[in-house]
Amino acid sequence: MDMNKDLVAASATPLVLAILAEGDSYGYAIIKRVAELSGGRLQWTDGMLYPVLHRLERQGCVAAKWSASESGRRRKYYRITKEGRAQLAAQREQWRAVDGTLRGIWMRACTV
Amino acid sequence: MHGMTTFADQPIEDQIAQWRAYLRRRQAVDGPDVEELEGHLRDQLAALTEAGLGADEAFLIAVKRMGNLDALSREFARAHSERLWKQLVVAPEADTPANTSRTEMLVVLSLAVAAALAVKVPALFGLPLSPNDEPPPFYFRNASLFVLPLLTVYFLWKRGSGVASGLWLALPFAAGAVFANVFPFRTGSDTQRLTALHLPIALWLAVGFAYVRSRWFAAAGRMDFVRFSGELAIYYVLIALGGGVVTAFTFMMFSAIDMNPDWFVAGWLIPCGAAGAIIVGSWLVEAKQSVIENMAPVLTRLFTPLFTVLLLAFLATMVWTGNPINVKREVLIGFDLLLAVVVGLVLYAASARDPQAPPDFFDGLQLLLVVSALVVDGVALAAIAARISEFGFTPNRVAALGENLILLVNLARSAWLYARFLRHRGSFAALERWQIAYLPVYAEWAALVVVVFPPVFGYR
Repeated sequence: MDMNKDLVAASATPLVLAILAEGDSYGYAIIKRVAELSGGRLQWTDGMLYPVLHRLERQGCVAAKWSASESGRRRKYYRITKEGRAQLAAQREQWRAVDGTLRGIWMRACTV
Repeated sequence: MHGMTTFADQPIEDQIAQWRAYLRRRQAVDGPDVEELEGHLRDQLAALTEAGLGADEAFLIAVKRMGNLDALSREFARAHSERLWKQLVVAPEADTPANTSRTEMLVVLSLAVAAALAVKVPALFGLPLSPNDEPPPFYFRNASLFVLPLLTVYFLWKRGSGVASGLWLALPFAAGAVFANVFPFRTGSDTQRLTALHLPIALWLAVGFAYVRSRWFAAAGRMDFVRFSGELAIYYVLIALGGGVVTAFTFMMFSAIDMNPDWFVAGWLIPCGAAGAIIVGSWLVEAKQSVIENMAPVLTRLFTPLFTVLLLAFLATMVWTGNPINVKREVLIGFDLLLAVVVGLVLYAASARDPQAPPDFFDGLQLLLVVSALVVDGVALAAIAARISEFGFTPNRVAALGENLILLVNLARSAWLYARFLRHRGSFAALERWQIAYLPVYAEWAALVVVVFPPVFGYR
């Protein structure tokens, strides 16, 4: 499925925050998790995740820390902060509103 | 498992290194980001090879999934807009680790300090700079010798040139030192002033050799040096402006406590600062190639129309009023400078232009500029020639006339090539080649003025 770019971009922030709410993670693992959760329907350009993460870091929604990975190579791990959780809750409300509205009209379309 | 540190395959490691170098050149992506992205690339590669792909295929797919680097660095720039500014000051070299750039900073600082101190050496031998008198002419004749050898050393070091090429490049400077100092110039003589003006131009060629090394004989190498020279001039003006502010504050503050800082400003701050700034400016150009790179072309675009209008207005006024050019010494030099500016505009327009692009409006404007400069200069040249036939040869007039002719030849040929290019008879590359091939002529003429003029004109 070819997803609208704006939609993908808009969903990036809540998705990243939600994945980090499950537990600390790093870039590659987040991408893998997105693919897993969406069944491959949400395709990100891998590199684009990092500016999103860095912006969230700057806004204080996530905190980052470099530590050694199991391979010995340094890796940057991200953790959701309190502000991040608040942001996630707010975004969830907004998406729920959008989702509920669309769902309402589409359900009606199906039943007619 | 993914996360393997290195790949047994050397070609893959090479490809990763290449990709990394490519990424590092982006202003908006800094060192740790590159590391983070490379870690991602390696994880992806490991997963793909584990899934049974060949190393090459895995690399292709991993790079493709990472995304277009231009778009990516744009996103990074958006997320880190401050970086583009930070990069102005400290920029680790593209493919060298950070400690090399620290070494470079040390080298640059020591060379700048050495240049500043070199200016003070003559004072130890009874030639002090004092605020009350004109500086001794020795300083003017040797101004370029305080700094340019050290700048050459910087480029020799930076390019990793051998001792042998260093020795070869010492020759022009030694010759310059000899010719600046052996002649028995009379006090206030014209030939002495000419030497002071022309020696830096001649020696700049030696700096150019150190800058481009063996690429001197490739057009691209010389064009790089042209760009470098223009950008250095821009940085130097910026540094000089800052220096002016420091000088003003020095006067203001020390006068406020009834101290006279004259001796410090005239003897140390200005001469040492002027020398050191050449080295520091060159380092800034080298370190930050891409930041100011766009400056010279922008200035060219800005001033080409202005100068064209100026020249046309001048011609129209002259025709309208019938006023002849009143030839004085400043007028000679003034018209030479005008031509030099026009040649500079043509040169920098050429350096920034994509030679493949078809002719556009700006090229037509350039041709108009060159042609009007040719006409104005023809008028001035006639006036100078009349003056010479009336009052005879002086070193100043001959030097001015020679420079005028050299620039005239360049512009005439440029106009011809521009016209051909505009009528789709020739390529822009031909014009670029001509400008590049002509560069040594300036230095050769300058050397001629330094070496031959003083004895021929009896050191007057």
